[in-house]
Amino acid sequence: MAKLSAKKAAQQVKAQVAKASSPVASAEAAGLGVSAASVAGAVGAPTIDTQRIVAHVKKAGAQSKVATAILSVIAALICALLAAIVIYIIGSGAEKAFDIAFLTKPPSQFRAGGGIGPELFNSFYLLVLTLVISIPLSLGAAIFLVEYAPENWITNAIKTAIEVLSSLPSIVVGLFGFLLFVLQMNWGFSIMSGALALTMFNIPILVRVIQQALEAVPRDQRDAGLALGLTRWETTVHILLPCAMPAIITGVILSAGRVFGEAAALIYTAGQSAPALDFTSFDLSSPSCPWNVWRPAETLAVHIWKINSEGVVPDLTAVSNGTAAILVICILAFNLIARFVGRRLSRKLTAE
Amino acid sequence: MPVKSVPSQTTTEAPAKIAQSARIDEPVRLIDRTAMLAEADAISHYAAPVDRTRPAKMSVSGLNLHYGDFHALKDVSLDIPEHQVTALIGPSGCGKSTFLRTLNRMNDLIPSCRVEGSVTLDGVDAYHDLDAALLRCRVGMVFQHPNPFPMSVYDNVAYGPRAHGIRKRAELDEIVERSLRDAAVWDELKDRLDANGCGLSGGQAQRLCIARALAISPEVLLMDEATSALDPISTAKVEDLVVSLKERYTIVMVTHNMLQATRTAQYTAFFLMGEMVEAGSTKQIFEDPHDERTGDYVSGRFG
Ligand SMILES: Nc1ncnc2c1ncn2[C@@H]1O[C@H](COP(=O)(O)OP(=O)(O)OP(=O)(O)O)[C@@H](O)[C@H]1O
Ligand SMILES: [Mg+2]
Repeated sequence: MAKLSAKKAAQQVKAQVAKASSPVASAEAAGLGVSAASVAGAVGAPTIDTQRIVAHVKKAGAQSKVATAILSVIAALICALLAAIVIYIIGSGAEKAFDIAFLTKPPSQFRAGGGIGPELFNSFYLLVLTLVISIPLSLGAAIFLVEYAPENWITNAIKTAIEVLSSLPSIVVGLFGFLLFVLQMNWGFSIMSGALALTMFNIPILVRVIQQALEAVPRDQRDAGLALGLTRWETTVHILLPCAMPAIITGVILSAGRVFGEAAALIYTAGQSAPALDFTSFDLSSPSCPWNVWRPAETLAVHIWKINSEGVVPDLTAVSNGTAAILVICILAFNLIARFVGRRLSRKLTAE
Repeated sequence: MPVKSVPSQTTTEAPAKIAQSARIDEPVRLIDRTAMLAEADAISHYAAPVDRTRPAKMSVSGLNLHYGDFHALKDVSLDIPEHQVTALIGPSGCGKSTFLRTLNRMNDLIPSCRVEGSVTLDGVDAYHDLDAALLRCRVGMVFQHPNPFPMSVYDNVAYGPRAHGIRKRAELDEIVERSLRDAAVWDELKDRLDANGCGLSGGQAQRLCIARALAISPEVLLMDEATSALDPISTAKVEDLVVSLKERYTIVMVTHNMLQATRTAQYTAFFLMGEMVEAGSTKQIFEDPHDERTGDYVSGRFG
């Protein structure tokens, strides 16, 4: 009924418009693209002043342009600042950072010309160990929280605890690791203590990343899986995880960047000394065996801190700058890889 | 009102009579019921009588469902006849989807949802004596919005069979082809089996989802407004599909489209505000509704 009467009314209006041949009305109907039906609806209603609409649209357009300009300037400033920092750090350390000898030689205590070979290896080794421990744990925790945990105060308490943990200062995590792993467990300054401290530091972030990735999977994917007679676990493993994988991988790599550059949590756990490594040794109890997890291991970030606070080598600034440059390059690489992999994966999943 | 007196006389008569009996001075309605019945009657399925001797495939009795404090289904009892298409109609929010989801226990996933009453599949209690995953293998579901998995067309269809242990490529190939043919998309997609399911048109994706549901050979197929996101051509294809599938499956479909119900369903149930007001053969519901509210709804006076 509504449709029919609208049509009729529209016809009447058209007839009236034709009769009156009022320039304003026909302009409204034709020029502004107002359909006959809506004109019919507007019959009797207060007439809309087209002049005012045009003025308003113009004003809004101008505002939008100004806002865009301001935002662009802010974005450009931030980019410039970041670029300046990165270029400065890499530039001042370039001389050392692109020197193979510097990257492979062990540091020297008193003379110039020391390298950062062991530190570089330790950083990666600690990173891998940390990820190996923290990924399965956080994956399990996140899946439980998203898929299985009932809505009750215990779950809420866990979620809050994870949020609090993720904002815990890393020096606190480090001191806690010192008390628990180094002293209580009597593991001394060791890679194991460091990796566990880093795990504590990493898990809350990973859990949140994975949780968000899982929650972002559309509900209908889950329903589709269950409706095929899959169990909840099968749906989670075969449908949710693959769908969430791009976001999870991006999150893992980004968190790897944070772990890689972490110093405070390691100073009191993995220690500040880097025994020279002998890559031919596979005696897991020897402190010079690179794979021995019970040896102390200074990382790049800790090395920078230590050399600047108590270093006595004459080329201390150059070494520090070179190490910083290497650290920044690695973290930049992590970020670029994260973006690349994430984009590749999600393109594969969405067929674009 | 003239409409109410008409159906009782014309239930068994030809559509021409119905057309004649429609008064000219009747107010114009959104749904032209006369034309609708005439069209529907031209389709044989509508005219085909419900075979009442068939056993009920699924049987629901005394079903009460609460979402928290909200009483969403009130004492619903309904039999789903085997190898027939049952349409669920009713205004938005009356509980059609909720009812459909109780049939394969998809409501189990909603924490606040509480179900009382009995739902049986072939006489076996679906809530107490059947495993939910097992039940869903036998009672498949197609959703309102096409939701293919983000993987190839082939993998989408092969997904269910694979998950249920079919690994041989030849067997899978056969299942995929048969399911896609059954879902009337084989011709469109046979050259694109490796294309990603998310890159299909809405209509193709929906039929892909139907194929995916058919691939595990369910006994009952639930369709929740499966055509609401489709254009008329795809809708017609899906409707033809439903009609042809009823030989092998028992189908329950939710629809807002009265014509669709008359075209495809032998059996119709009308829901209103959580109650199942009336159920019967589609012909009876549309021509001779026993309940005034059903009459009002199918004649388009509200809802
Ligand atoms: N998960 C839920 N939690 C709480 N209430 C819900 C939930 N799902 C549905 N409802 C309520 O239950 C009632 C029935 O919903 P349902 O989805 O079954 O309606 P419907 O008949 O399918 O409607 P439509 O035709 O719009 O799809 C509605 O009032 C709705 O708000
Ligand atoms: Mg619904």
